[in-house]
Amino acid sequence: MTVRISELSVVGPAGVMVEPLSATVEPGATLALIGESGSGKTLTAKSLVGLLPRGFTATGAAEVGGVALPLAGGESAWRAIRGRTASLLLQDPFTSLSPVHRCGDQIAWTVEAATGSRLARSERDAVVEARLAEVKLPARAARAYPHQLSGGMRQRVAIAAALASDPQLLIADEPTTALDASNQAEILDLLRAVQVERRLSVILISHDLGVVRGRTDQVLVMREGHVVERGETASVLAAPSHPYTGALIEADPVVAAQSGTRLSPAQPVEGELVVRVMGLEKSFGTHRVLDDVSLDVSRGEILGIVGESGSGKSTLARCVAGLEHEDGGTISIDGVALAPGRASRTPDQMQIVFQDPYSSLNPMMSVGAILAEALRVAGRDASEVDGLLETVGLPAQFVRKRPAQLSGGQRQRVAIARALAPRPRLLICDESVSALDVSVQADILRLLAGLRDELGIAVMFISHDLAVVRMIADSVVVMWNGRVVERGECRDVLTAPTHEYTRLLVAAALRENTAPQIGRE
Amino acid sequence: MVAVRVLGVLGVLWVLSMVVFAMMYLAPGDLVKNLLGNRPSTPEAIAAVREQYRLDDSVVEQYLHWLGGVLTGDLGQSIRLQVPVIDAIGDRLPLTAALSALAFLIAVAVAVPLGVRSAVKAGGWLDRIGGALAVLGLSAPTFAVGLVLLYLFAYYVPIFPIYGGGDGGLDTLRHLVLPAVTLALGLGAIIVKLTRTAMLRELESDYVTFARARGLSPRVVNRLALRNAAIPIVTGASLVLTFLVGGTVLAETTFALPGLGTLLQDSVLFKDLPVVQSLTLFVAAVIAVIALLADVAYLLLDPRVRRQMGAAS
Repeated sequence: MTVRISELSVVGPAGVMVEPLSATVEPGATLALIGESGSGKTLTAKSLVGLLPRGFTATGAAEVGGVALPLAGGESAWRAIRGRTASLLLQDPFTSLSPVHRCGDQIAWTVEAATGSRLARSERDAVVEARLAEVKLPARAARAYPHQLSGGMRQRVAIAAALASDPQLLIADEPTTALDASNQAEILDLLRAVQVERRLSVILISHDLGVVRGRTDQVLVMREGHVVERGETASVLAAPSHPYTGALIEADPVVAAQSGTRLSPAQPVEGELVVRVMGLEKSFGTHRVLDDVSLDVSRGEILGIVGESGSGKSTLARCVAGLEHEDGGTISIDGVALAPGRASRTPDQMQIVFQDPYSSLNPMMSVGAILAEALRVAGRDASEVDGLLETVGLPAQFVRKRPAQLSGGQRQRVAIARALAPRPRLLICDESVSALDVSVQADILRLLAGLRDELGIAVMFISHDLAVVRMIADSVVVMWNGRVVERGECRDVLTAPTHEYTRLLVAAALRENTAPQIGRE
Repeated sequence: MVAVRVLGVLGVLWVLSMVVFAMMYLAPGDLVKNLLGNRPSTPEAIAAVREQYRLDDSVVEQYLHWLGGVLTGDLGQSIRLQVPVIDAIGDRLPLTAALSALAFLIAVAVAVPLGVRSAVKAGGWLDRIGGALAVLGLSAPTFAVGLVLLYLFAYYVPIFPIYGGGDGGLDTLRHLVLPAVTLALGLGAIIVKLTRTAMLRELESDYVTFARARGLSPRVVNRLALRNAAIPIVTGASLVLTFLVGGTVLAETTFALPGLGTLLQDSVLFKDLPVVQSLTLFVAAVIAVIALLADVAYLLLDPRVRRQMGAAS
């Protein structure tokens, strides 16, 4: 059941997107495709299940266990292949399942598509239960709608659905990128265990080297449609021969966490207190989101706030920024207490940078107009736009560009420049680098560290990934279920975590295998 | 949550009842003369009208008396027809209801599948024909479409009757086909566009890609997408249903159907205030109920809305 890909190439409207690529994946083995956005890794994946976007065509040959994939074929040719021979698992479990259908039904459809016949009620329940058991979910998950499950559970349902037709090749396209760090290792280990059990060939696509390490056998590093490096995963990661691979490894926060590299001084600089949050409380209905949260941020300090989704970290940021009204506690800036809400705040007190630079910039405005508007609100002159761009490391020509013409990293720089326009005392970064490629992420982190050092700005840096936070933060607050469970200097929290949950986050940050190395022959 | 919506609807209707009551005073001309209609304006008749409408009481009392009548089904007397308004409306309602239902049914039965096919094969011949028809349906005035259909299918090829509401049963149905098709064209045009847009968006989504990647048949995939697209389609359909209420006036006039539309038209021309007031209130109530039903439909269609409602109550 070996998967053989030879001279697979993808051509799009703008020319060749993936240069001819060959690879072999043995049964039970995993091939990693590593690369950043635009590298062609997702197009490669989609070409293997015949789901290339309109205007893209694949050439070359690929076979799975002797069955040739109809790379240039139409829908009808692919229908016999999809599911039964090759299946694709997508990145985001929040969108890859239909929100209005029960999970059990969605798994059953795959089974019915593969067998070509409808299942009787009792038979169907039994099949779904068995599939759920394989991904370690209880039978009652079948009755649940996707929104009633956590992200990790949803991805388990998606795995069960993808494997319900017993394919020989599973292509997993960034299967853990949309999940919290603490869920990532769990899903990867589950995938590995299922794979060994079924002798399934897996092609794992990721931009995250931490994901690849220890869980894949072979790796292909892709850049702009070319394979720049290939080999055994362990040897490539240990001794990359191509400079691009080396740069990727260097930029990876997990690798940095494993080696101990940081962008911040070992000893935080002592500065005057900028923000003090005392005993903050917030509930949505009966659900308590913030429970007695206190923290301080000083001038020239980056405070990392770590926790998974639902821990209350974003609500905390929104309360500080006045976007949400807290129920109790105080927030003070420079010793002056602020009333809840936007009305009591001025732009020069704090600014917030959101996660998604694709939606936080008005697509109809040029970069210059966006920044000029922010400067006007702050009472500064529009002629300072160039200076603002320079601060975030963008050339002055960007003034005339629109957000759609910029890359993700450039957009996030514009968002940061806009936040800096009123010269805020505090910058709140809510998952501001989570949507970016690792190398871009590293650039933005360096930019933030530079701003802290040059402007002496105080930063609240919020992330679900402790690996990213430890790169840059001076001190860290760990949140869990709306409470602060651990706080301290970044170094101490990582090397000597005291709370159970922090230990989990540290393990996740290092992408440590929770299960022993399995499946190696 | 639904209870709150019902209360909201009742509140809107209450405000509307005041506006409708005020119509009596806003109508141009002398109030008593308007209410007398073509009866001779003898002192006895004037006194009878003043007595009947309690014109000597304060406005508030008049309103409360009128509202009490409305709530107990006493909508007053039609000036033009000299019968109770409730009877005048009751006689005409079945025809208009049947016409609206038939038009809506035809529109949905044709437009939703057409919209789905147009989206699935976007750019194909069916999509182009559907798009052209939709533009035609949206831009052609109802009466013009009605006249064209009359010429074609009642005059040149006389398979349908030219005018009237028929003698009930199948004959009425035969009489309603052309007017219903006339109305359905405009309605269907909007529903085709809505369905196509909603389907296109759903077909782009990750869960459709994932479903295709698992080898699900196109039929199952389309059903899955349509089920998700149902929410915007139902919203749109409920909006056009309210538009239908106004459309019936034109269709009924063109085809000389004795329905509520023609009743409203005649009553407005004759300044038959009690009928106009009652019809206005009735139409408002129908529209409010349709909107309410659309909200209830969301509950059935979207488990996420169900949960939010559950959390809020």
